[in-house]
Amino acid sequence: MMRMVVVAAVAAVVAGLSAAPASASDKSIIVQSTTSTANSGLYDYILPIFKKKTGVNVNVVAVGTGQAIKNAQNCDGDVLLVHAKSSEEKFVGEGYGVERFDLMYNDFVFVGPPSDPAGIAGTNDAEAAMKAIADKRALFASRGDDSGTHKKERKLWEAAGVDPSRGSGKWYRETGSGMGATLNVGVGMGAYVMTDRATWISFKNRGDFKIVVEGDKNLFNQYGVILVNQAKCPHVKSRLGQQFVNWLLSAEGQQAIGSYRRSGQQLFFPNAVQQAMEKSG
Amino acid sequence: MQDFAEAFRLAFSLVLSGDADLFEIIWLSLQVSLTALLISCVIGFGLGTVVALSRFPGRGGVIVLFNTLMGLPPVVVGLLVYLALSRAGPLGVLGLLYTPAAMIIAQSILITPIIAALSRQIVEDLFCEYDELFRSLTVPLHTAMAAVLWDARYSLITVALAGFGRAIAEVGAVMIVGGNIDHLTRVMTTAIALETSKGDLSLALALGIVLLAISMTVNALGLSLRSTAGRQAYA
Repeated sequence: MMRMVVVAAVAAVVAGLSAAPASASDKSIIVQSTTSTANSGLYDYILPIFKKKTGVNVNVVAVGTGQAIKNAQNCDGDVLLVHAKSSEEKFVGEGYGVERFDLMYNDFVFVGPPSDPAGIAGTNDAEAAMKAIADKRALFASRGDDSGTHKKERKLWEAAGVDPSRGSGKWYRETGSGMGATLNVGVGMGAYVMTDRATWISFKNRGDFKIVVEGDKNLFNQYGVILVNQAKCPHVKSRLGQQFVNWLLSAEGQQAIGSYRRSGQQLFFPNAVQQAMEKSG
Repeated sequence: MQDFAEAFRLAFSLVLSGDADLFEIIWLSLQVSLTALLISCVIGFGLGTVVALSRFPGRGGVIVLFNTLMGLPPVVVGLLVYLALSRAGPLGVLGLLYTPAAMIIAQSILITPIIAALSRQIVEDLFCEYDELFRSLTVPLHTAMAAVLWDARYSLITVALAGFGRAIAEVGAVMIVGGNIDHLTRVMTTAIALETSKGDLSLALALGIVLLAISMTVNALGLSLRSTAGRQAYA
């Protein structure tokens, strides 16, 4: 018995030590990604299709957009897939990325408790809804983590002429964590939350929360994809990374994205510009 | 309440159905944490014993340092290892970030101080008892070290289990340096964090139950190792 235990432990250790170098294997790339695309199950659906076609393993590191960009700037990824256009353009402008392509879109929605303390349920004007939340000092849970969703939310507050930081810790609750964690907090304390629709549809701990605001064109949520630039990061697997980007932008990749359903609903709407595709081969 | 019942039901059905993904994650968790434990024991027992048996200026400071580092926040260790292993960092050329090796390094840093600090105390206490005997027999230091370590072996198993518990349970460090990549660096704790963020609290809790069961198994094996060794010693 004891011998078996020792053998098993040694096997685990040896496997642990030997797994290390092998795992950084040849035909794989690392994608620094926003969380919504991972948490909604999109990658689980499209990556096997890509793998089957090319044999390339795509390893996804799902963090907030801010952290994903930061990691890519440290050269710790081959492809960047996020949703904050101005930050993405800055990333390319500074030479970290080769080129940015529109990939797909969906939209943001506001979710809230059935009591609807700010009286905004059923409206489609995000700015007015935010003003009402601030006026009523209704609880609002913000990401507060410099993610793509958080950047968008801050822009909307600004457009609404509200400085939510003055209510910080009172009605404005910054969780400093991911979309799912923030939704858990929001549902827990009965606070409004702005979330991308994909995460909301695939989120399971909704309690009695419902979508209260949707349909404002300002709530548009564009995702972009960028190959990390080999000129800045010599270790980048450019060929495999480009292959993945090309596939995502191709008719086949776009079709795969568009056909992903969750609870019968389409989560992401492909909108790559065909022109860009031809240019990159 | 419904969540708890659902979680237990899920935990059992996951294990009984032999879910391949789950077993892959469990196997990786064990590989990473046991390897980190082995490395930490080699370094930690050595450091602990040397500090216990020797007298040098600043020794008190070293002991305080060991004891303080027992409280190292995993997320800080993760950050430090990330900065070191990042392609932009000093060890970036190794290409170890987002591999199990990076996770082993982070967990080793996390638990070596625990093992060093606790084994230092145990060895020192035991050495106090033996000190006069060693001196009267003029036993050389390395022989004394070996003798004390051997006699302290049962307590040291408990120390190792404390280190293992810390390693298998932490999420902050492996999340940052491993990246929670499916089929590559996803371990039990990062999988639990992921399911929580998806709002699938029952599944998250079920995974937590499975993790506890694994820990319990390892601890039971540790204990039986102790008692088997004990029986043989007195036979």
